Amino acid sequence: MEAITTDFDLYLKGFGLTVGLFVASGIASLVFGALLAAARVGPISVLAKASAAYVTLFRNTPLLMIFIFIAIAMPRIGFTFNFVEEIRVGDWNISGFFFRACLALTLYTSAFVCEAFRSGINAVPIGQAEAARALGLTFGQNMTNIVMPQALRAVVPPLTSVQIALAKNTSVAAAFGIAEATATMRLLGNRYGDQTVEIFFFIAVGYIIIVEIVALGSYALERRWKAAAR
Amino acid sequence: MTALEKEPTTPAQGEPLVVLSDVQKWYGDLHVLKDINLTVHRGEVVVVIGPSGSGKSTLCRTINRLETIGEGSIQLDGKPLPEEGKALANLRAEVGMVFQSFNLFAHKTILENVTLGPIKVRGVKKADADAKAQELLDRVGVGHQAAKYPAQLSGGQQQRVAIARALAMEPKVMLFDEPTSALDPEMISEVLDVMVTLAKGGMTMVVVTHEMGFARTAADRVVFMADGQIVEENTPEEFFTNPQSPRAQDFLGKILKH
Ligand SMILES: Nc1ncnc2c1ncn2[C@@H]1O[C@H](COP(=O)(O)OP(=O)(O)OP(=O)(O)O)[C@@H](O)[C@H]1O
Ligand SMILES: [Mg+2]
Repeated sequence: MEAITTDFDLYLKGFGLTVGLFVASGIASLVFGALLAAARVGPISVLAKASAAYVTLFRNTPLLMIFIFIAIAMPRIGFTFNFVEEIRVGDWNISGFFFRACLALTLYTSAFVCEAFRSGINAVPIGQAEAARALGLTFGQNMTNIVMPQALRAVVPPLTSVQIALAKNTSVAAAFGIAEATATMRLLGNRYGDQTVEIFFFIAVGYIIIVEIVALGSYALERRWKAAAR
Repeated sequence: MTALEKEPTTPAQGEPLVVLSDVQKWYGDLHVLKDINLTVHRGEVVVVIGPSGSGKSTLCRTINRLETIGEGSIQLDGKPLPEEGKALANLRAEVGMVFQSFNLFAHKTILENVTLGPIKVRGVKKADADAKAQELLDRVGVGHQAAKYPAQLSGGQQQRVAIARALAMEPKVMLFDEPTSALDPEMISEVLDVMVTLAKGGMTMVVVTHEMGFARTAADRVVFMADGQIVEENTPEEFFTNPQSPRAQDFLGKILKH
């Protein structure tokens, strides 16, 4: 127990970073993934092909490799992204490490978000978009007013799975010098060799809490939308 | 249903409103529209009839460019249909379309279905759009359903909402693609009544339908299609009582037996 109680601030800091990685990459991947999906189903064939190629590339590459590329290979060829450290909000700023981890997680997760949105868009009957086109809505208006709102309903369960996977994938950042929850577990494990089981247990509970919050939010959304229409 | 009738505008039969010239369309190797020449005049009601697969829907859909054409030209009100972008969207706003499967927006209320186009495409203020939509819904007899969602309405009610949604854009011409084919028999007449009133009120209409009653009461002209071609054109009376082509005789023989 004492591993967690004495070093509780370490524990909290670790999970703070985990949550930070998760929320930042989660939001960024939802936005980028939605744009990729819009490009994929859109009328401009160059964009549709680029989006398809992106998904093929990033969905089929192990996350660890993307991390290695962003965190190790890119800085070697001059892309450290350390300029983000200049951005200060009060006495808080983003570390280059943190930014690179978010970038890797976002690039990877966006491919899955795109596919989830695409399946949701395909679940919307073609007549819906057609009726909107016939009224004179532009492609953008059609996506934002008709297709995406309906696709979202179909897309909550698969998107939830994608985001839950992301929450756990943040642990890959441990290997790249970020003291998030999994790295903290290793640190505490080294410090209190006799308490590894307890440490493991408390770290696992932390992840379970994060995932459950995501899942509960998702159920709440599903219920609300079910009540709203039909 | 007399409420739908407009002030008796001059029956401006005359200026051509929709003009298709030598239109050809292929789906791959399939030649679905062959040498289509068709002029629809302002205020005219044209019924398109023909066997399944003859290209009626495709013809209808080329008029608001939901389908592109291979060759030839289509003009609306003297101007060729725009290729794409904002100009195409504006064209579509001028051409109302009613689908066989209604296609009401499932996540929007009845009222929102009708106000969406005016608000998003025409930039009408919400309050004005609401008032106009309510008036249109009253006219087609579903005013008291305005707050419901499409799935809560019967097919006949949904199709009348779809007509109101198209009318809200104040289109120059209305296209109907088998508007009653997906309806239970007892709901067909409530939709046809609305369409007849529209026709009598001077709306320019292209209607794909096999409802002969509608064609006889409301149509100025019947266009018979087979295998992607216009085979015969005539007044409803002449066409139904005295079809000229063997294809039309054969077709009418089949549908009249039922
Ligand atoms: N998207 C498409 N791709 C390929 N072929 C198509 C497509 N849409 C229609 N067709 C074919 O084009 C022909 C004309 O179809 P269309 O839907 O216009 O006929 P229709 O007269 O409306 O028939 P129905 O009375 O069954 O509605 C048919 O042979 C059909 O199979
Ligand atoms: Mg058809």
